[in-house]
Formats: sequence, structure tokens, C-alpha cells
Amino acid sequence: MRIKRSRENLAEGDLTPMIDMTFQLIAFFMVLINFTEADQDDRIKLPKSVLAKPSDGPMETPITIQLTKNSQVVYAGELVSFEKLDSLLIKEMDILILKDKAPAEATVVIRADATAPAGQVQELIQVCQERGFETFTLRAEEEIGY
Amino acid sequence: MKFRNQAPKEKIELQMTPMIDIVFQLLIFFIMSFKIVSMEGDFNIRMPASAPNEGEPEEPLLPPMKLRMQAGPDGQLARMQLNEQSFGTDFQQLHTYILDLVGSDAGPDAAMEGAEVELDCDYQLHYEYVIEAITAVSGYRTEDDEIVKLIERIKFSPPNKPG
Repeated sequence: MRIKRSRENLAEGDLTPMIDMTFQLIAFFMVLINFTEADQDDRIKLPKSVLAKPSDGPMETPITIQLTKNSQVVYAGELVSFEKLDSLLIKEMDILILKDKAPAEATVVIRADATAPAGQVQELIQVCQERGFETFTLRAEEEIGY
Repeated sequence: MKFRNQAPKEKIELQMTPMIDIVFQLLIFFIMSFKIVSMEGDFNIRMPASAPNEGEPEEPLLPPMKLRMQAGPDGQLARMQLNEQSFGTDFQQLHTYILDLVGSDAGPDAAMEGAEVELDCDYQLHYEYVIEAITAVSGYRTEDDEIVKLIERIKFSPPNKPG
């Protein structure tokens, strides 16, 4: 009797659900990834406030200056001294002038650590005031409940 | 006409491996660069330099209320005083005082809309107390999650550098 050799069935896993899930995960992370908050710095732990409500729209010309708990100034991700900050502010002013804007129209965003000395924040404001900046924004972390 | 010798249809098998490789790499990239960020909010203060521009009319303002905040040796808040009233370290008490002074639950009275608070802080005072004080004087959040504003004009005294 002749026995026919049966063909071996190659078990093929169905990849569709896995690919579906993976794409969904990618979509989830893509939506949540936040490149715009590039000015956030891990070295700074902001103070909390119940009134700190995120602004409705992006600011027109923000200049972000950060202050760590060790009273170090962080500007554009780099540690700078107060003297260096002053020269950087002059550069910012030049950029504003090129855009036909006055320093008073720009907003200086101050992100200071909760335990930074208040006097240092005031000095930071003073340095900016001397260069003609008038509008300041003190940034705080949103806190729920009072 | 009937075609007898039709070639059997070839089943095209898609190569899934490269696609899955790329998809997983993308997934790993997004997972690694994912950072949970807390929401941040702003307190706007307008502080022009001491010499105002010529010709710019100054708005009629009420005399600023001066909030003096004194720090302990470690930067903690020791006590605070608004005009002649002392509040210790109780921000809720300060908030209630401002609420009584400035307006009702619905917001500031028309007469007090131009009210201004000047913060006079010790140099080493932790910045979190400054924000807490600004929160206490500038408003509160209702149960409906709406913000009622009290005093919006806030400014700082020149820094008191020790030594």
C-alpha cells in the first residue's frame, strides 16, 4: 500500500493583532510626546499654586530664564552668570529690534526653583529691567485643590 | 474558447519582518523620549524700570499695600505683615484679609480694582513663599474651577541683599 506523504503544515502566526497594537501604541506616544516644552528643565522644581492656569495661547516673544535652587541661572539650557545673562539679553534685544519690536513688548518668563532665594529672582528681574524689559511671567506648577 | 493550461496563481507573500523591525524601533524611540510633564501656569507681573518714559500718563493708583515677608535663617518664612496687620505664616489668613479688604466673593470692588501689592521679601526667603503670597492675594479658585481675581497688580521692592 502506498502511503502518500502528507505535507507538513507550517504554522503561521497571525501578526495582524500585534501590528495593530503596536501602531496604536506608536500613535499614543506620538500624540503625547511634547517637543514644545523644550524649556522645561529637570534641575528646576517649580513652586505649586492653585491659580497657576496654563495660558490660553503661546506667547508672542517669550524669553525664558531659569533659576536653580543653587542660584544658578539657566538660559537656553546652559548655565550662565549674571554678567553673561546681561550680554545675552542685549542679543535678544537686537533680535527684537530686527523684528521691529521693543524690549517692553517681550515677555520674560521666569522659571525659578521653589527653594531658590527670592532675592535672586528679584535680581534677575532687575537685570532685565535695566535692559528695558517690563513684562514678566512667574511660572508655577498647577496644583489641584486649595 | 477555453484555456486549459492556465498557470496557477502565485501567492505573493509580504515580508513583514522589516516593517515590524522599524515599527518596534519607532515604538522604543517614543517610549524613551516620553516624559510626563506637569501643567504649568503663569503669574503676569508688569514691572517697568524705576524711571517711567516721559509723556506716558501714569494711571491713578491707590497707594500700594506693602507685604513684608521675613525669612528665618534657613529661608523658611518666619512672618509676614501687610501694612500694619501681621499674619504669622498663615497664607489663608492673608487671603481672607485681602478678600475682606478688596472685594466680595464675586470679585474686587470697582474702587479696589487698581489696588496694588508690593512684595518686600528677605533676600534668602524661599521663592515658593513668594508664589504662595501671590496666590493668596491675587485670587482664588471656585468649586466650579473658575478663577476669581482679587489683586492683579503685583510688584517687587528692590532686593534686600544681605551684607
